[in-house]
Amino acid sequence: MSGPDLAPEDLAALPRLPVDAEGPVFAEPWQAQAFAMAVQLHRAGAFTWTEWAAALADELKGANDDGSHYYEHWLKALEGLVTGRGLASHEALHDMKHAWEDAYRRTPHGKSVEL
Amino acid sequence: MAHDHDGHHHHHDGEGQEPPSDMALRVKALETLLVDKGLVDPAALDAIIDTYEHKVGPRNGARVVARAWSDPAYKARLMADATAAIAELDYEGRQGEHMVVVENTPEVHNLVVCTLCSCYPWPVLGLPPVWYKSAPYRSRAVIDPRGVMAEFGTTVPDDIEIRVWDSTAEVRYLVLPERPAGTEGLDEAALAELVTRDGMIGVRRL
Repeated sequence: MSGPDLAPEDLAALPRLPVDAEGPVFAEPWQAQAFAMAVQLHRAGAFTWTEWAAALADELKGANDDGSHYYEHWLKALEGLVTGRGLASHEALHDMKHAWEDAYRRTPHGKSVEL
Repeated sequence: MAHDHDGHHHHHDGEGQEPPSDMALRVKALETLLVDKGLVDPAALDAIIDTYEHKVGPRNGARVVARAWSDPAYKARLMADATAAIAELDYEGRQGEHMVVVENTPEVHNLVVCTLCSCYPWPVLGLPPVWYKSAPYRSRAVIDPRGVMAEFGTTVPDDIEIRVWDSTAEVRYLVLPERPAGTEGLDEAALAELVTRDGMIGVRRL
């Protein structure tokens, strides 16, 4: 893969990926961010695309829904790989999430939200 | 909040922001930790996300506009409560920012900006284009809207008033363009094809 565009066979390896005729589609911005992060981590060598596809498939296995929660499973699979490989801990993720939540609450509109 | 050139005021001050959804916060936390470790490059992430700027959200803005052109009762609901009227077309019942629709007429042309950051009605329009987030657009849209629009190849006759709407933390604007002449015979689906993102931001006229 080179450039932001993924090869069709890479996308095809991902089970039930929401797509239209041109490629992946996202219901909300965070989903595109989660998508981009998996691509980037793969490019950085954190895991192979096959490993990623397997982790995602595993996470989706228990999912019995219409696809509207697809990227929730995606994120869970990604967090699982990241913590499983010691790239970040559950605790660090949890603490960082709350740090951002607090940062939003104390930052007025128009100011960039910083930790 | 429309800007007059002599009364340029913001409603950006005051309370802190409502944090994004739980999922969005988890993504942000993951990104922060991975960037800190040098595993992920934020610029590369942005490059990927920009590729999909047209692929995020229900992007039902064109359908909203086409429905408003075809159905006067819908248009009345849209002008009275845009958030609810847009939700009518969204099967997932998404809740989002408070939406306000501003209507272009033979006398008035509307243009949307967020001068202080890059607030944007992504549920109806997808992710904001790079130029919308840029400092030149954000600063010049208010001072020189005709000049900004000229760069998009848009000329607004001098006798048409231009109103610039500055997005806030609470309110996102969508422009309802004028229905193009000669489209009387078109159905809603065909009309929706005529509606562009730039037309709904107001930098172009349809």
